[in-house]
Amino acid sequence: MNLRKSLTERDPVAVLAPIVAVLLALIAGAGILLALGKNPLEAYSSMWNGAFGDASRIYNTITRAIPLLLVAVGICISFRGGVINIGAEGQLFIGAVSVTAVSVAAGDALPAVVMVPLALIVGFLAGALWGFIPGYLKARFDVNEILSTVMMNQIAIQMLLFLLSGPLIDPREIELGTRIPQSARLPEAVWLGRLVPPSRLHTGVFIALIAAAVVYLLLWRTPLGYRMRAVGQNKEASRYAGINVPLYTVLALALSGGLAGIAGMVEVAGVSRRMVEGFAVGYGFSGIVVALFGRLHPLGAIPSAFFFGALLTGAEQMQRTIQVPSATMTALQGLVVIFVVSSDVWVRRRAVRRSARAVGELAPLEISIEPVPSEVK
Amino acid sequence: MEGSRTLLEILVGASGLTLAAAMPFLYAALGEIFAQRSGVLNLGIEGIMLMGAFTSIYVVSSKGLSASPIVGLLVAIGIGGLLGLLMAVVSVTLQAEQGISGIGLTLFGLGTSTLLFRVLAEGVIVAEGFPKVNIPVLSTLPIIGPVFFQQNVLVYGAFALVPISVWVLNRTTWGLQIRAVGQNPKAADSMGVNVARVRYSTVILGGMLAGLAGASLSMALTGVFQENMTAGRGFIAVALVYFGGWSPWRVMLGALLFSAANNLQIWAQVLGVRVGDAAIPPNLLIMLPYILTIVVLIFARDRQRREPAALTKAFERGEN
Repeated sequence: MNLRKSLTERDPVAVLAPIVAVLLALIAGAGILLALGKNPLEAYSSMWNGAFGDASRIYNTITRAIPLLLVAVGICISFRGGVINIGAEGQLFIGAVSVTAVSVAAGDALPAVVMVPLALIVGFLAGALWGFIPGYLKARFDVNEILSTVMMNQIAIQMLLFLLSGPLIDPREIELGTRIPQSARLPEAVWLGRLVPPSRLHTGVFIALIAAAVVYLLLWRTPLGYRMRAVGQNKEASRYAGINVPLYTVLALALSGGLAGIAGMVEVAGVSRRMVEGFAVGYGFSGIVVALFGRLHPLGAIPSAFFFGALLTGAEQMQRTIQVPSATMTALQGLVVIFVVSSDVWVRRRAVRRSARAVGELAPLEISIEPVPSEVK
Repeated sequence: MEGSRTLLEILVGASGLTLAAAMPFLYAALGEIFAQRSGVLNLGIEGIMLMGAFTSIYVVSSKGLSASPIVGLLVAIGIGGLLGLLMAVVSVTLQAEQGISGIGLTLFGLGTSTLLFRVLAEGVIVAEGFPKVNIPVLSTLPIIGPVFFQQNVLVYGAFALVPISVWVLNRTTWGLQIRAVGQNPKAADSMGVNVARVRYSTVILGGMLAGLAGASLSMALTGVFQENMTAGRGFIAVALVYFGGWSPWRVMLGALLFSAANNLQIWAQVLGVRVGDAAIPPNLLIMLPYILTIVVLIFARDRQRREPAALTKAFERGEN
């Protein structure tokens, strides 16, 4: 797949392309806002203000970036491994809801030193299971993973609603007769500590940064990561090289789902401390955009997550102060995706030209393999 | 609870509704067949459907421009065509990864339709929609009449489009070009077929039909617009194309199957399905079409035989 190849290029154009893509998306967004009779400069300055206006807003921005980074790091694994995982949204929900179920059941019986690692493991495994299913279906039955992960998202949403309005509903909601679909409060032992109260910035930020570093090492410093990337670059060649392609396909999706599950754990234990309807909606999709913007590199995802955390925090501020719906951000993210994958063609062509120069007289090998249609001039 | 109505009447009503609810799937999936037969996987139709659903009902509703329903349809088709053009530029000219760019287009359509809905319609929109058209004589038949021949124009249109699509794909020069370009673009190119132009035409047509699918959902089926109201129908339509092996007839069967699954809540009520003495939680019923989609993709095993050989593969004329 060309995208992955060119995203690994060490070409200044490859680095600049995502930035240009964001600028283009912001310009297009300004056009949409203008057409709706809103002042785009006012909108964007309110966004900037909302994201970086004072210290507490910067903390909010970082808090937002935590689940985005975890999802994006997972997406790096799957996209690098040749699987397009669109299911982070569902994997995150399932991770969070499993953590909620286990924590509520455990109550105050266990101390924090046990509860937090346990919750991390539960979140990871639940998300990994939600990723394993489409991964297995792709490896075994050649089921298109984009479609199956999209369906898994919808199933997860309904599962969440079912659990929150039935088995996991806060008993107080039934006592009071309000029946709002939300879980009971998680026991204090599983809460992630707040770093600078009263802001909600929590220790999950370290979990996310460690995850990024670990995934970087996994992908580039271990045989396992090497094989996953090899499968992502070229399935046929990997098979000839004796790599178990189905195994690494499943693994890439399951690990990717596991990280989304951790994102769900971190969000529920660090921010909301209970599951509510509409929990973390859209983070799964934003995480994909973050990963693409970070050029599918776990360390590149760090600044990228911070940037998109700022955009999302800013968009909320924009909605409050000048009544521009935060859905604007969803539209802009869509444009960023389109522009990033489109800009790819130039990066690729430059790479071909450079390798042609490097080979000199021997001519570009990639091209000469394909016979040129002789009739066309 | 429906004391005055007989079981038969309720069954007839649910069957008629299943036929009507197949309509958005049909429009979207038939359009997608054209795109995929020419070698382009358009995963953006979910987003295009949302844009079609909003724009059509907005121009028709009283909060909007109070245009006639026909104008609403044309607007949805036009917007769909424009978004199809965008997808064509991205996937054909710029040769971008089709799966990911389609997801981008879906996010764009989701965000933009929500944005427009909140700003222009302030979150509420209702329209009269399409009146039912009773086919003379046939509509008076017992059972068959109410199920098949008392539908709105768009439902008839969706089903009429099935044989038309078959004819276009198999009996016209354009259809031959589409299939050639999807199977072997290099050979088609050497025969003088403009691969890019054919792909542009099918992706734009697919976009127009996806826009129409969205309009049929908002204007003809529900009479309202809600944020993200397609709820994955666009993706199910893509899955239907795989399931139907790129054949319009089989895709139609799939659309009916999924429409029935989508109406499962209604069916469960009609048939009085219960577990013990409690009704099945609605969320579990809503899940089923999505589970069914995955199951269907597993069993669409013979598809490799029919899959257009150049699907998702960008084509660049080998002149360098």
